[in-house]
Amino acid sequence: MFSSFMLNTWEAATIVAIVAGVVGFFTVLRGAAFAAHALPVGAFAGAAAATLVGVSTLLGFGAFSLLGALTISALGRRARSDVATALAVVMMLGLGSLFLSLTSEYAQQVYSLLFGQVLGVSTNELLPTAVLAAVCVLGVAVLYRPLLWSSVAPAASEARGVSAARMELAFLLVVAVATTMAVPVVGTLLVFTLLISPAAAARSFSANPMVAMALSVLLALATVWSSIALSYETNLPVGFFVGSIGAATYAMSRLWVAARGRRRVPAPARPAAVAG
Amino acid sequence: MTLTSLGSWFFEPGFFSNSPVRVALTIGAIAAVVSGVVGVFTVMRGQSFAGHSLADIGTAGGSAAFLVGANPLYGFVAMNLLAAGAMELLGVRRPRGRDVATGIVLGASLGLAALFLYWDTTSTSTTGATVNVLFGSIFTLPASMVPVVAGFSVAALALIAVLYRPLLLSSLSSDLAAARGVPVGLVGLGFLVALALAVSLCAITIGAILSTALLVGPAAIALRLTRRTGVAILVACAIGVGATWVGIVLAYDSYAWTTSHTAWPVSFFVVTLIFVSYVAVDLATGRRSRRPRLSASR
Repeated sequence: MFSSFMLNTWEAATIVAIVAGVVGFFTVLRGAAFAAHALPVGAFAGAAAATLVGVSTLLGFGAFSLLGALTISALGRRARSDVATALAVVMMLGLGSLFLSLTSEYAQQVYSLLFGQVLGVSTNELLPTAVLAAVCVLGVAVLYRPLLWSSVAPAASEARGVSAARMELAFLLVVAVATTMAVPVVGTLLVFTLLISPAAAARSFSANPMVAMALSVLLALATVWSSIALSYETNLPVGFFVGSIGAATYAMSRLWVAARGRRRVPAPARPAAVAG
Repeated sequence: MTLTSLGSWFFEPGFFSNSPVRVALTIGAIAAVVSGVVGVFTVMRGQSFAGHSLADIGTAGGSAAFLVGANPLYGFVAMNLLAAGAMELLGVRRPRGRDVATGIVLGASLGLAALFLYWDTTSTSTTGATVNVLFGSIFTLPASMVPVVAGFSVAALALIAVLYRPLLLSSLSSDLAAARGVPVGLVGLGFLVALALAVSLCAITIGAILSTALLVGPAAIALRLTRRTGVAILVACAIGVGATWVGIVLAYDSYAWTTSHTAWPVSFFVVTLIFVSYVAVDLATGRRSRRPRLSASR
């Protein structure tokens, strides 16, 4: 399991999990699960475009996820964000289906791009992954306070001069970079699960943003590591384990909250409720 | 240019005598009408994510049905009904809680889909199933699908008709509806069932992309143009059917556009038509009123 060809996998998956835990915290806080689903799926179409014109797929991922972020943000200014996201994702997929129909080389890769090929990460994929991960974490660190404010209390932060629209765009760009980094390694669907499940569970355990974020990273790491180990042992797809472990983690966090809520008689008004 | 030559310029020869095309036009129209009706409520309730997720979630059911040799449509419907129940169970009433609940159900289902598709591909060594479910292929539908599709559509439409007034009230203001004695949770669950039926139907026939495009696009455009729900539903159906039919014509014609004779996919044309119309309507109406739409809390 720890032989030399698996080392890349462990390193890449660890990097992806850390970034997913950090970015996922804000994704859940902002209720941006749809965008976290849309950008990776859009990036998937980008790979088809890259195959068609013969450039590196990483470029395709990057271009399409950035394009997606800009489209969602532009459409979202005058409409509900879920409608904007839905239209952006179908447009990107529509383009993807066109590119896919024009090239025949790509169809075989579809499964691995959707569900990940984590057991086959090459050494030259590691460097771009690490660089983009650093960009992502740095972005979140720089944006941390305004982003937190604008996620929890958009109106109050707008009054303090933090533009909600600009924060939305900044956040979407961070998700786009995270997507570009993670999709080639773990596939579009795993990125989404890793962004949502650990962070959602972490938020149930702590209302403190720093603690929740750290917990989210830990849970993402635990999910990825155990999934790879199980996938290696059983030969079943890694996506299945990430999906089920993620859902199980969230279910346990909900049970924990329910059990704790019953012991403390008057349920405390959690400060996180402001987010709704 | 006479009318006939104009017609034959727009419709490539053999368009109307082609049986797959006729089936595609019929099923496309049914899917667009159901999506238009359900879509208006989906957009009003801010459940576009749930609508899109169900199209992806059904993949798990479809691939499981494929594995045991059943009709994928029934797998889709069963999985989506289960998922709709799970979303309602997990989802608290707040829009953000719902967002996470949808995401968790979607993530778990996609994990299952990964497993079933893996088994499908190892047992049959085809990868076609993935692409087919995602992108759909409206021209390969057998004519025998028409009654099945019509049956599910009638069920979804009947459910919406029964729920119409309480659904409308609870979509506009769930607090007001609750105060008036509307069982908001039950109505929400009923709506999710209708949504699950409509999306399964669309996803299995025309693919997951087109399913979301037809569900959200025409309804969002219609709600931009009118505030009256009944009118919006009619407009959404008309836009959906129009986009689907023009898309089918263009896809059929596109065969003759390039020398290599590769037909461009229907989904690309329909999605582009809807997207461009939305952007046009958005720009045209955006100047007039910058008031936020019927948004509940965001």
